[in-house]
Amino acid sequence: MNEQTKFVEIRHAQKSYGDLEVLKDISLTVDRGQIVGIIGSSGSGKSTLLRAINDLDPLTGGEVWLDGVQVNKNLPYRKYEKHINEMRQQVGMVFQHFNLFPHMTARENVTMAPIMLKGLSKAEANKLAEEQLDEVGLLERIDYYPSQLSGGQKQRVAIARALAMKPKLMLFDEATSALDPELVEEVNLVMKKLAEKHMTMIIVTHEMDFASSVCDRVLFMDQGVVVEEGPPEVIFKNPKQKRTREFLRKHLAGAK
Amino acid sequence: MGLDFSILPKYMDVLLLGCLWTIGITVAAALLSFFVGIFFAVIALYAPWLIKQPFRLIEWVFMGTPLLLQLFLIYFGLVQIGIDLPAFVAGVIGLGLHFAVYNSELIQTAILAVDKGQMEAARTLGLSRGQALRKVVIPQAVRDVIPPIGNNMIALLKDSALVSVIGVSELTLSAQRMIGKTYRPFEFYLAAAALYYIINLSMEWVQRKIERRIAISR
Repeated sequence: MNEQTKFVEIRHAQKSYGDLEVLKDISLTVDRGQIVGIIGSSGSGKSTLLRAINDLDPLTGGEVWLDGVQVNKNLPYRKYEKHINEMRQQVGMVFQHFNLFPHMTARENVTMAPIMLKGLSKAEANKLAEEQLDEVGLLERIDYYPSQLSGGQKQRVAIARALAMKPKLMLFDEATSALDPELVEEVNLVMKKLAEKHMTMIIVTHEMDFASSVCDRVLFMDQGVVVEEGPPEVIFKNPKQKRTREFLRKHLAGAK
Repeated sequence: MGLDFSILPKYMDVLLLGCLWTIGITVAAALLSFFVGIFFAVIALYAPWLIKQPFRLIEWVFMGTPLLLQLFLIYFGLVQIGIDLPAFVAGVIGLGLHFAVYNSELIQTAILAVDKGQMEAARTLGLSRGQALRKVVIPQAVRDVIPPIGNNMIALLKDSALVSVIGVSELTLSAQRMIGKTYRPFEFYLAAAALYYIINLSMEWVQRKIERRIAISR
């Protein structure tokens, strides 16, 4: 395959906090339209890896490339800020704790960045907000504040907010971990819908069922390394590594 | 000589005019202290070391010296270097900067207390740090400090009486002038006190209104 298909490429990612090495030489490629799940116990480095992709947690070594452009380029501070802000506009991120802006309505949460960064007029932005919120099934809540929404609704607004920037890539950092069990499904449905539209996604998750039904490929991480990766059928049904088997056994036992 | 409040209605217009000046100076100084307070807070938290230094000096001067002295300096002192401010303006600047320093302390604490996920979410969308502060972090911090800032503003109202010494005909000075005419200090000071109290109550009412309005958006 040529370079073009490598949509996201992580080369020898390394990250340490002092003596603690949380990512140990991880390399990973994701093709356009692919959906990759990352599983592993907490502290395995999976969130750190995800957050390195848009440089929220900068790597201490290695490179991240998106669509032929290096994200973590070595540039002087001001130039780097400009560069990274442009890169981040192309990468949507959804957080475990939603991080909606509480002082803005759902509409304002969605329109703020497109108005500020893409120069949309208020009318254009409103139309966009209506489309995006309709897409996640929350058009009727468009003028609600986050405090008036349930956890699942908040997360759907957060997804709409990210999608309003028309990103090339979506990162999900345990998007459903903070939700009450009965609210998980509505968020999963939105993510599945995105998958059907061939959005490139990297999903850090604790939900094995969801990962196996949506992902093209699953990575199991432990102690800062990718222990095993492959299609979900293999990872979940027939893992080769002992550590993967142990994790799945514990995790599935805990879940039931 | 007993108390005789029947003298008051005759001079009520002067007292009410004094009230207007007091309200004017309080509102102007409050607004100034609010916006300058935000500005000082951002400088204190995010400016490079060299830029911080002159602001630290300003803070030290306005926190460490009496407000009365600050008003004298601004009104009488600055004339000597060619800056001749009207008394009202000098009073607003003095009160405004004095309380801006106190507001800045509150706002700094509130900015630091905003969940760091807010900055992350804004940066993830592609906002610069400055944009994220302006649109996301500071508006939330300001909402959190409305109650303590409201308390500062009531202190500001009371301290606005000090601008009488540089000749702004606000409530206290108006009362004094009427006393000079009528030799009835008790009646006029009590009337002034009552009027301060009424202004105070209306400020608290406005504050509660604002708090209720933003309660949903926190």
